[in-house]
Amino acid sequence: MILTNIETIPGKKIVEHFGIVSGSTVRAKHVGRDIMAGLKNIVGGELKGYTELLQDSRKQAMERMMKQAEEFGANAIINIRFATSSVTQGASELFVYGTAVRVE
Amino acid sequence: MQDLIVFVVLLSLGYFAGTMAESRHYRSIRKRERELLKLPAVTAEDFLDEGREIEDVRLVHGSVVISIDYFKRILAGLRNIFGGEVKSYLTLIDRGRREAILRMKQEAADADIILNLRIETSAIGQNANRRKTIGSIEVIAYGTAVTLKK
Repeated sequence: MILTNIETIPGKKIVEHFGIVSGSTVRAKHVGRDIMAGLKNIVGGELKGYTELLQDSRKQAMERMMKQAEEFGANAIINIRFATSSVTQGASELFVYGTAVRVE
Repeated sequence: MQDLIVFVVLLSLGYFAGTMAESRHYRSIRKRERELLKLPAVTAEDFLDEGREIEDVRLVHGSVVISIDYFKRILAGLRNIFGGEVKSYLTLIDRGRREAILRMKQEAADADIILNLRIETSAIGQNANRRKTIGSIEVIAYGTAVTLKK
């Protein structure tokens, strides 16, 4: 499946639009990671545990979106956007959406 | 008295370790930015080099979660009283954004150009919904990597 975040797919022609597809996931972190992050908050710097956690969750959200697009019979998703919001303390929602299309 | 000692220890630990980590991170960012200069990431959506054949188009993204040190957090707290530019958060967000862009570029190392670069920042972690504090931020950079036929 071809994914882009622009309105076209360079080099290909879009033949059919299927409308919006989206995927989302809400993730909380576990205690061990939270303690490490607490320590890291003193010295600053990258929180690798969180980076990995959010990357995994974003991948999952994208897989859900791609599954939805496949059900429509699409073979590409254009104009993809990512959004993150903090729903409660310690949990984030990762949301990804785009337009499912079929290309030649 | 004990509280004061803990506070001073945290403050100096944050200051020394934080400053060291920051300058090390900046050195690494500048080095990698120089290496990846040949791969431009642009905010334009249009592809200017129309004549050439395109081999591959794909979405690439890079993300990082980064946290501020204790010393700077206190400094920013003081800044909240007097107002003005909060320089300590400036470097935090700058580091996060540049690191995210670099990771995105590293993922697209074989591409020729990255179109429609977008950067998104959000506050996460246990402090996210608390007033006045930024615990840590997540930065994600994403774009469409285009590879041309050689």
